[in-house]
Amino acid sequence: MPDDPQSRFEQDRAIDPRIDSPGREGLTGTARGDIYEPTREPEDVTVSPDERPMHEQPQWRQDFAIDWPEDNFVARRDFAKFLVLTSGAFVAGQAWIAAHSLVRSRRAPPGRVKIGALTAIAAGTATMFTYPTQNDPCLLIRTRSGELLAYSQKCTHLSCAVVPKIDEGILHCPCHEGIFDLATGRNIAGPPPRPLPVIQLEVLGDDIYAIGVKERTV
Amino acid sequence: MTPKPQRQLTRAQRTTVVTGVLCFVLILVVLQLWLITATMNAYLGGDDVVIWPALGASVACLALNLGLLRYLLQR
Repeated sequence: MPDDPQSRFEQDRAIDPRIDSPGREGLTGTARGDIYEPTREPEDVTVSPDERPMHEQPQWRQDFAIDWPEDNFVARRDFAKFLVLTSGAFVAGQAWIAAHSLVRSRRAPPGRVKIGALTAIAAGTATMFTYPTQNDPCLLIRTRSGELLAYSQKCTHLSCAVVPKIDEGILHCPCHEGIFDLATGRNIAGPPPRPLPVIQLEVLGDDIYAIGVKERTV
Repeated sequence: MTPKPQRQLTRAQRTTVVTGVLCFVLILVVLQLWLITATMNAYLGGDDVVIWPALGASVACLALNLGLLRYLLQR
């Protein structure tokens, strides 16, 4: 038989309380103290206004306890229910992300789009373009050394437009002072949690093409 | 069939039980909060690898929470 409080309770109830009965050998006069229903503490007793027992009371009276110990129990139990509901909401959120991930994986990759001419962008300057859709602003930057870089212009914190500061070697988000490294697009200061997505480029003669977007977590 | 006699808990004992269960549920919910934050960050960063394992872990937490709540409602 398992040794747990419920089993011990049932075992004790099964013992015949009469003197010299099996299970009570060696005991004198009185039965074991825990064999009888224990006396209830006054704190454990609730007397309703109509004096009927609690299990006969309407549900609302059980939900709105009239004494502190019962109220503590009901309040904590209801808080636990609320937390389990929150737990279900988190699962729904995870499922939503998974569904969007499935949709994204089936989407066709962005195409090859001409975004400018090499001769039109001087060293140490930047220009804007949109890629892959008209709602995705990006920055094409030509460094002092002539290197071409392109990043999404949306800050990874709250999607404010980042501003290139080429001489300082950074991309600055003025909304919450987020700073990205100009050479790599990595988040180096402030609240942005991820690097800026890199726009992959291809240069053919004088033409500059955007050929893809590389999102990163680090 | 005669119903099994249930061991009667005092209010103090029931409050202890509910507080313990509440602590477990709270820890699991905080774990789920971290999971969804990390998953969203990975998804927005283009990393889809962690999404399904994280969903599984979150479902497991919910199942544990439901089990604990069921136990609590029987008290």
